[in-house]
Amino acid sequence: MDIFLQQVVNGLTLGSVYAVVALGYTMVYGIIQLINFAHGEVVMIGAMVAFSVITSLAAAGMPPLVVVMLGVSCAVPVCMAVGYAMERLAYRPLRRAPRLAPLITAIGVSIILQHLALLVWTRNVIAFPQIITIQTYTVAGATITNVQVAILALCVLIMAGLAFLVYRTRLGTAMRATAQNPQVAGLMGVDVNRVIAATFIIGAGLGAVAGVMVGTYYGVAQYTMGSVLGLKAFSAAVLGGIGNIPGAMLGGVVLGVVEALGAGYIGDLTDLCRYGWLASLLGERCARDGHFILFGSNYQDVFAFVVLILVLVLRPSGLLGERVGDRA
Amino acid sequence: MKALFDTRDNPKLVKAGVVLVALALLVLPFALAQVGTSWVRITNYAILYVLLALGLNIVVGFAGLLDLGYIAFYAVGAYTYALLASPQFGLHLPFWVILPIGALVAAFFGVLLGAPTLKLRGDYLAIVTLGFGEIVRIFLNNLSRPVNVTNGPQGIAGIDPFSFGSFSFSKPETLLGIAFSGPIKYYYLLLAVMIAILLVNVRLQDSRIGRAWEAVREDEIAARAMGIDTTRMKLLAFAMGASFGGVAGGMFSAIQAFISPESFVLVESIMVVAMVVLGGMGNIWGVVLGALLLSFVPEILRWTVQPLQEALFGRMLVDPEVIRMLIFGLALVLIMLYRPAGLLPSAVRKRELADERPA
Repeated sequence: MDIFLQQVVNGLTLGSVYAVVALGYTMVYGIIQLINFAHGEVVMIGAMVAFSVITSLAAAGMPPLVVVMLGVSCAVPVCMAVGYAMERLAYRPLRRAPRLAPLITAIGVSIILQHLALLVWTRNVIAFPQIITIQTYTVAGATITNVQVAILALCVLIMAGLAFLVYRTRLGTAMRATAQNPQVAGLMGVDVNRVIAATFIIGAGLGAVAGVMVGTYYGVAQYTMGSVLGLKAFSAAVLGGIGNIPGAMLGGVVLGVVEALGAGYIGDLTDLCRYGWLASLLGERCARDGHFILFGSNYQDVFAFVVLILVLVLRPSGLLGERVGDRA
Repeated sequence: MKALFDTRDNPKLVKAGVVLVALALLVLPFALAQVGTSWVRITNYAILYVLLALGLNIVVGFAGLLDLGYIAFYAVGAYTYALLASPQFGLHLPFWVILPIGALVAAFFGVLLGAPTLKLRGDYLAIVTLGFGEIVRIFLNNLSRPVNVTNGPQGIAGIDPFSFGSFSFSKPETLLGIAFSGPIKYYYLLLAVMIAILLVNVRLQDSRIGRAWEAVREDEIAARAMGIDTTRMKLLAFAMGASFGGVAGGMFSAIQAFISPESFVLVESIMVVAMVVLGGMGNIWGVVLGALLLSFVPEILRWTVQPLQEALFGRMLVDPEVIRMLIFGLALVLIMLYRPAGLLPSAVRKRELADERPA
């Protein structure tokens, strides 16, 4: 039971970060039906910029929270600029092109961003300065750190803020109108190009914050960190129903928890020595090692994709999506 | 000028052209060997990429199913060969037995991927296939415990080269007074396979199956209304594309003599998709061009960037690998911006581009 609760806590933390990244994918997809493959790299750039700022300020003797906030406030505008530049230069000219063309430019942009980051921050795994002293709290048998609490709180705040933006402001209304029908939205006086650019900028800003959170949580960053994170976040977006903002939030959290629980339990579940008749088949190995684990926790990354495939096969529109999967 | 190249008026020109190209292809490895043996190897890998791109073109170009995990089939073919012809299990089957097995196993995996995803289209399919590719790689990475099948991240070494009796493709040999090195022998083998697969592709495109694929790609519902068994056609596309990948994988395994999951990462899948799209989806010659460009240009950059930097700045400022990738990324973006249907677009795509894209 303790393990269960612990894994749920870990899963919620990571899942809420996935959710914030997933929002960036889902907002862009909702509006222009583009998988912004380079979004993961934006998250990485956010982490890297924050890392540089935090490292250079770490010795200055400022309170750790201020330093981290400064890091975030540098990372966000940088990422927003990157997001805007990429929309303007690589995606906008291709809005009428065949569907695969923007996908390829997205891949191109992602390669460019990765290698620019490699130039600036080298190919080494860099350690995030641990300026925040980790405190642990024990709640009902599970430990939770202050970093985890901060991440969870921040994610909830971000999601609430985004929900407000999308459902209660003029820009949000324009975004939803553009998502439904760009032509008609344009006729109604919505500046579609501006709305799309704003979507990219907001998504990139969210990505920057997520990048800082991931960096602080794991304590490390590398120029390649964006791709796996991006993939999982995209899976989360699809899981929730791509194009659907509450869906991305739900998808991220669900994916994080499933992943954490899966990694925590798969080793035990696939230990063949626990099953009587199989154990007797394997007699010798079980007697010697005491276990015969088919799949260990190193299969953690598989869960995201298995969940993704199952959802798409069983419910192609995602958990909350109203769109059908055959929207080509 | 135009009349000279209008082959319909000049059937003799076609023959002459074919003969010239054939001669050039036959002499090519010896010319390359003058520059450096590594260039023959690079050419061999380029041909492997052509095979992969042609296989993926069946799925993406002909049937219109975007597959971002194609490298998984390459991996399946490569590991099938490696497991059946290496000290890993002490098996040393001859290659002409394994290659068909590899193709079959890969085709099986193709159907395995295709069957549950039949209903999905477009981006959803793309992302499922991407996940599938990653799953295969993660399994290859971890199937070393509790029973050692793939040897995990260390990979499998000592894989047998292709051989007929005492004739081995990896050993240098002198035939008819000409010295053939190992890579040159493989070059001819790869060339033969490539030509065979090219012929299959060309014949396939205008066959009943090829037209059915095209119909499915353009409008699945209309295709079904015309009596095409769309389920079967899609599965067939997946299986055929996968089997080509499997054959290429087996050859890769034998040429390298060593494989590890590192060779089958997502970037490789994306590279093959980029080759297909860059060259022009659905156009066989475009795909070949795309594959050759994306395999050779980075290599040429690798060989020119370093001396250039040393000449300009007197020392190495930036790692050539980084510059190579930066230029590669930039090229992908620029080519898509200026030729969104690829360098040599297929006739259908050209027509599509002239129309407004439906919202």
